[in-house]
Amino acid sequence: MTALKELYQEVILDHNKSPRNYHRMEDADRKIEGYNPLCGDHFTLFIKIENDVIKDISFEGAGCAISKASASVMSSTVKGKTVKEAEELFKKFHELVLGEGNPEEDFEKLGKLAAFSGVTEYPARVKCATLAWHTLHTALTTKEHRTTTE
Amino acid sequence: MSKVFNKTKVVEKKVFSVEKIREDFPILKQTVNGKPLVYLDNAATSQKPAYVINAMNHYYMEENSNIHRGVHYLSELATQSYEEARNKIQKYINAKHREEIIFTRGTTESINLVAYSFGRYNFKKDDEIIISAMEHHSNIVPWQLIRDEKNILIRVIPINDRGELFIDKYEKMFNSRTKLVSLVHISNVLGTINPIKLMIEIAHNHGVPVLIDGAQGIPHMKIDVQELDCDFYAFSGHKMYGPTGVGVLYGKKEFLESMPPFQGGGDMIKSVSFEKTIYNDIPHKFEAGTPNIAGGVGLGATIDYLNQIPFEVALEHEHNLLIYAQEALSSINGIRIIGTAAHKSSVLSFVIENIHPHDIGTILDDDGIAIRTGHHCAQPLMKCFEVPATARASFAIYNTKEEVNSLVKGIHKAIKIFR
Repeated sequence: MTALKELYQEVILDHNKSPRNYHRMEDADRKIEGYNPLCGDHFTLFIKIENDVIKDISFEGAGCAISKASASVMSSTVKGKTVKEAEELFKKFHELVLGEGNPEEDFEKLGKLAAFSGVTEYPARVKCATLAWHTLHTALTTKEHRTTTE
Repeated sequence: MSKVFNKTKVVEKKVFSVEKIREDFPILKQTVNGKPLVYLDNAATSQKPAYVINAMNHYYMEENSNIHRGVHYLSELATQSYEEARNKIQKYINAKHREEIIFTRGTTESINLVAYSFGRYNFKKDDEIIISAMEHHSNIVPWQLIRDEKNILIRVIPINDRGELFIDKYEKMFNSRTKLVSLVHISNVLGTINPIKLMIEIAHNHGVPVLIDGAQGIPHMKIDVQELDCDFYAFSGHKMYGPTGVGVLYGKKEFLESMPPFQGGGDMIKSVSFEKTIYNDIPHKFEAGTPNIAGGVGLGATIDYLNQIPFEVALEHEHNLLIYAQEALSSINGIRIIGTAAHKSSVLSFVIENIHPHDIGTILDDDGIAIRTGHHCAQPLMKCFEVPATARASFAIYNTKEEVNSLVKGIHKAIKIFR
């Protein structure tokens, strides 16, 4: 597989075309914006947390295929997970796109997130892949309403 | 000019041949991802001919020394090379006096110089300046900094959906409080060539001076500052086949002489005591500290290079490429060209339905094609066209029809991936 095909895997193209959980959530507990000033990628995350579990999560906004698909896959992955589990996934995901960590061991835990492994070959696109995750991380750990990748 | 140059001297080319021009630019010979490099990001920065690279190399190998200071041999040599470059620039843009050429770090610093020196000195509360909707951030933010300090008003000339300024609306923006017009010559996003001669005339009829942001102007047309009658013209070396880190502010002598210094330091003074400092004459008043000497020398060499190739024919070739590319891209389904002004130069911005510009950029890069994607430091303009970003191909004299064909092929590939 060429690096380009590795980057634009079916999962990513599919989630870009039909993003999951792509809607506003009026009764969200947390609403937070993620912004990548360099690219103009801009998403808003909506999260509902009950007893430390991410009960519901959705997003809306605009960005490149990598950032949009990443937000979509992330939302389906962390829904139902505890805050701690979500934070662990973020760490694993971050290692994956930076080409760090232990891929064989982590691939199983990552599931569909593993589709973003191709990003390692494109350092300029790492920020696209991690924007939604950084935003989630900020939402889960602070009281900020906006986060940027800069 | 220095002696060693004969070795690398440009052979005069009366007849334009793009193949011959390409030979002058070493970087164009390389491959990217196994494909020949197709460099279409010239509006960001152009490539440099070996002639310029060698001139800078020669400066560091044979002449390096500080200027305007030493009495020793090398200092005199370096001073001579640097000041010779100023003469070349003066001639190239047809400035009346050599001291009207101020060396800066680039267009951005040139504009900041005018904002902080002319603006801070002349603007009073409720004064107004006029800029346009298609300005680069570097011709917006310096004025906002002064606005916040001086409480002035920034008025913005609107554009139509082709990306042309409304001249009639511009004419009506002047009043007794208007202190300056600061206007881009050629838009880095839309490629629009603004009718600056007319716009300068209109401003002058109201007694208002005009600064032109010529970052994209000077690489793509012959500039005659006296004919334009602009009061300031700002440009960078690196977009006109010269080095990065050096640029020019041209300013009419009477303005520059009346303006206070921009920065303080060495070289900009005549005498310093703790009680009083006497500033140097122009241009040195505006050139505090040791400048980018090698860059200045390199910019001088760039002008030698441009003078030795049939530049005007080369520009025609470049323009024909733009037309060719514009027609080719227009025929692709789902593409929208951003910026369709009647007078355009070298820049082709576009968006493709359902494909984000960044993804286009990555896919083209896979085939060795370099374009720019993003907001191009013109976020307000992106808003005008209701796009978050565009893909932009921008041309230089060394680009070819074959390269445009590669671009078209790459775009089809992107569309196929995202179908």
